[in-house]
Amino acid sequence: MNPTLAWYFRRYFPWIFFVAAVVLPLLFASDYRLFQLTMVVVYAVAVLGLNLLTGFNGQVSLGNGAFYAIGAYVTAIMMDKWDVPYWATLPVSAVICAGVGFLIGLPALRLGGMYLALTTFALAVATPQLLKYKAFENYTGGVQGIVINKPDAPFGLPLSPDQWIYLFALAVGGLLFLAATNIVRGRIGRAMRAIRDQPTAAEAMGIDIALFKTRAFATSAMYTGIAGSLGAITIQFVAPDAFGVSISLTFFVGMVVGGGASIAGAIMGALFIQFIPNIADEISKAAPGAVYGLILIAFMFLLPGGLASLLRLFNRGRATPMAAVAAAGFTNLPKQAGVPDQLAPEIDNPRRPHAAAPVNRSASEPQ
Amino acid sequence: MDGLLHQLVSGIASGSIYASVALALVMIYQATHHVNFAQGEMAMFSTYIALTLIQAGVPYWAAFCITVPVSFVIGAVIQRVLMEPLAKAPILASVGVFIGLLLTFNSIAGWIFTYTLKPFPTPFGEGKPLFGGFISRHELGSTAVTLVVLLSIWAFFRFTKLGLGMRAAAFNPVSSRLVGVPVDRMLALGWGLAASIGAIAGIMVAPVIFLDPTMRAGVLLYAFAGALLGGITNPLGAVIGGFLVGIIENLGGAYVVGTELKLTTALFIIVVVLTVKPAGLFGKTVVSRV
Repeated sequence: MNPTLAWYFRRYFPWIFFVAAVVLPLLFASDYRLFQLTMVVVYAVAVLGLNLLTGFNGQVSLGNGAFYAIGAYVTAIMMDKWDVPYWATLPVSAVICAGVGFLIGLPALRLGGMYLALTTFALAVATPQLLKYKAFENYTGGVQGIVINKPDAPFGLPLSPDQWIYLFALAVGGLLFLAATNIVRGRIGRAMRAIRDQPTAAEAMGIDIALFKTRAFATSAMYTGIAGSLGAITIQFVAPDAFGVSISLTFFVGMVVGGGASIAGAIMGALFIQFIPNIADEISKAAPGAVYGLILIAFMFLLPGGLASLLRLFNRGRATPMAAVAAAGFTNLPKQAGVPDQLAPEIDNPRRPHAAAPVNRSASEPQ
Repeated sequence: MDGLLHQLVSGIASGSIYASVALALVMIYQATHHVNFAQGEMAMFSTYIALTLIQAGVPYWAAFCITVPVSFVIGAVIQRVLMEPLAKAPILASVGVFIGLLLTFNSIAGWIFTYTLKPFPTPFGEGKPLFGGFISRHELGSTAVTLVVLLSIWAFFRFTKLGLGMRAAAFNPVSSRLVGVPVDRMLALGWGLAASIGAIAGIMVAPVIFLDPTMRAGVLLYAFAGALLGGITNPLGAVIGGFLVGIIENLGGAYVVGTELKLTTALFIIVVVLTVKPAGLFGKTVVSRV
């Protein structure tokens, strides 16, 4: 069968999506919409960081907001105190956050599931206090926070600052998504998922659990920290109370809604957490929290694989919308809520004969 | 010296609140190995119910006696409807539901009762502080109420058949089911009791910290730190741990780190206990079979 146009579309959809994300907003979006879309990119990177840790590696973190705060403050302090250009702050905050993440990942090794969730939750709750702490006030600006300047487009490009920041965030985000895709698809990703699903078996197969878990933490912190830097540049302001427990819970909601064990899910989750609270806010001040809360409970019961699991079923072309919801909900719930089966589609996929072929090769091979 | 004694006494007073919530956490943890993130929020919601009743003209202790069973029902219903179906699901699902509950209770309370800070009456009278100014009437009264609650819970588990059944269900669900203990109902009962204890703690702490629907994460974290310090497998240990955390928090806040870093103290206690002695002071080490 010759590949059809639809096949090409599906095959190259991530690239088509990326090009559309570059071009369309520049042509059509107002400055405010561009700001919102930039925040979508920022959130997408942060949620992706959480996906790598929680969705793919099974370490539930409710404290990734702390890494977001560190990234934001590193950028703000460097730009404010030492006049470092905005782009040069990203590698620094990536390195610092990865280091902090690695250090936090060490005690996390000893904390199984629920304990880890609660300890990271405590970290999220304590973050604003630490940012306000008097000893750091010279750098952090205390309760007041730090105001930073909006960068202009370089090389005399005919772009408004908002357009330029959007493109900059998109470029950084695109690279990070590409890297995450490669991590997840390869040997490392398989090891991460094995640790999530069957830690004992994974260790018996020779996977160094401590190594992978701490590095997953470091990678997740690095992603979230870069998102924090981008967010600080976009909002041009950092203050302790913006980095309370709610930002961590927002990332968590984004992860659950998009689908933890998915790369594309991070984008859907980011769109959700950027736009749904705005809509809900018009009903009541309490509505965003209620929407988040009810959505979380509903997804855990009906769609534990998130929106990404719906997409996956559509792609396999075996489902009408309702059947997809039903299948995604009820096939995932009993065995692995939140982590739809990653390997099965490769095995039953006829386009990959080698994956479906019998594995008993040693018997037929000549000695 | 007077200052130290004063800090110690108010540490014990706030410690009694943490001890109650820690006990509520341990009750759910023992049965399901889950830590209810929404415990603080549920307590806050119950306190609002009590306040609404009092404002409607119901006498204080009558409102108290209505609120506690209502909270019991809320807790038991949540267990039956939300937690039961997820009993075998991975941790992420339970954490998601707990966080969902936390956010939902929070915003429903804000929606119904508005976000303004509300004073809450104390039944123990305003009056002058007792014993040479060391302890206010409310601190003394609320500590007494908490101790009565803790004692009756202990007696319930120690001396009643129902309490024995709950202990059995938590200790070994499979064997309990075989000898005829209705394990599911025991779990619902545990959730109900935990919610009731939380409600009492919420009503007792409300006159001190006022009532508003913001995150009650602070109380939850201190209580969790207390439960871990005492040993999350041991109810009595959790109660002692709760008191200890109250004292550490107050003394540390006054003399070591300053009041701005109180929550960080709780985080510090949690991390230290979990890394140095995960079983806590009075708990037993859990060995799991692979």
